[in-house]
Amino acid sequence: MSQLETKNLNFYYGSSIALKNISMAMQKNSVTAFIGPSGCGKSTLLRLFNRMNDLIDGIKIEGEVLIEGNNIYAPKVNVEGLRKQVGMVFQKPNPFPKSIWENVAFGLKVNGIKSTSEINDRVELALKQSALWDEVKSILQRSALQLSGGQQQRLCIARALANEPSILLMDEPASALDPISTAKIEELIYELKEKFTIIIVTHSMQQAARVSDRTAFFYMGELVEYDETKTIFTNPSKERTTNYVTGRFG
Amino acid sequence: MNKKALTQQIIFWTFRIMSIMVVIVLFAILYFITIRGAQAISWDFLTKSPEEGMVKGGIFPAIIGTLYLIVGSLIFAFPIGVFSGIYLNEYLKDGKLKSFIQLMTNNLAGVPSIVFGLFGMALFVNRLHFGDSILAGSLTLGLLVLPIIIRTTEESLKSVDDSYRLASYAMGATKLYTIKKVVLPLAFPNVITGIILSIGRVSGETAAILFTVAAYFLPKLPHSIFDQVMALPYHLYVLTTSGTNIEASRPVAYGTAFVLVFIVLVTNVIANLIRNYFNKKYKA
Repeated sequence: MSQLETKNLNFYYGSSIALKNISMAMQKNSVTAFIGPSGCGKSTLLRLFNRMNDLIDGIKIEGEVLIEGNNIYAPKVNVEGLRKQVGMVFQKPNPFPKSIWENVAFGLKVNGIKSTSEINDRVELALKQSALWDEVKSILQRSALQLSGGQQQRLCIARALANEPSILLMDEPASALDPISTAKIEELIYELKEKFTIIIVTHSMQQAARVSDRTAFFYMGELVEYDETKTIFTNPSKERTTNYVTGRFG
Repeated sequence: MNKKALTQQIIFWTFRIMSIMVVIVLFAILYFITIRGAQAISWDFLTKSPEEGMVKGGIFPAIIGTLYLIVGSLIFAFPIGVFSGIYLNEYLKDGKLKSFIQLMTNNLAGVPSIVFGLFGMALFVNRLHFGDSILAGSLTLGLLVLPIIIRTTEESLKSVDDSYRLASYAMGATKLYTIKKVVLPLAFPNVITGIILSIGRVSGETAAILFTVAAYFLPKLPHSIFDQVMALPYHLYVLTTSGTNIEASRPVAYGTAFVLVFIVLVTNVIANLIRNYFNKKYKA
């Protein structure tokens, strides 16, 4: 069974359609990249996986989104529980203006974990998983805003990982970062896929090629092509995909 | 100098003089009050009741009365104002109801304070039988500052970046948890601004307490919230207009004004310190 699957998914903002009949499946412990020009619906689709679109007025969803076979839009689904299972990292690093420790501990406290030793252990684990531990272990009580942009983004990844999600959604996680920080994030994504299923939205074709196992190309709300990353970049079957990945438009 | 540059200079100086005038006015008031009022200040003045037809003695009951009214009105206005502000900004979607509530809040802020005083007398003093009391006065003053607290709470919540809310939701936090643990702590320093403004307003307000709490002469301290109190602004009014010997009570009047201004300034400074403390707590 796929970890994450969409079936005949349509999505509307008010009366305008943003995603048309999307059916795709993502495997456990893989990295899937969503590429496509701005406004193609890739970020919208990503936010459907943890129901962040619920916060917007006037949306309509048709079809199904299945996580391990369960439709997350079924009437009785606990949205908060879903979001613990599906972590998210945003485009702009957005650590809370609190200490580094408190940022990572945030989700644990949301989950009602009270034991300080357990929180400490899991904070440490999450910071190690996000390759930030060595840089911050002596300054855990310092404000997260004192970290560099790249460190802040890895802190946001640690914050998401502390919840022990099974899926990690990343919405252009490196677009606000310098090349060195970007390289670190990409390296991290490669390591994290051993434990997590990762879906990354990116504007950078090179990034998609470097980090992902499979790539989905979206255009005007449609899934044009979805295949092995290598195939998408070397031998795509649709002309639109060829045009996009070779930089002829978008 | 050519004509264009001259025009620039004239306009520049006009702006500068206009803004300096604000500062001059404030300092003029402070200077005037200090020169005439500071000499009246003594330990006895601050700790004794008025004596000999209010031309001697102190203003202790009025100081205490004003402090009671500040605390009393905030006990009512702070929770109601903050909760309304949260509801308006965090829960209520943009639309007719929201604009209506905002419009009404602004209108409430525009009602003259003497009208609040009349309303407080009709409702709290007479209808609810609280009598002229700290309770009736605090409720009236609370209503008066409610719009200030609602608006500043709403504005401070609005200034909290949405990315923090999204991050919190994405971690599986509920809306209530997000407001409590993420949004409110960030908005808190600015909410305090509303409190500062309210304290200034309450301590100086005369018309609203005229029919609801203020005593002309009451040389003892209140025992319960159903007692009347003296208050600094009303005491000042009495000393200046209807004392037994207005000329002789002038120094006491300036001393009272000095104490009143001092209390407002000190509360402003304290509230500013609190705000800066919370502002700095986590930022860089």
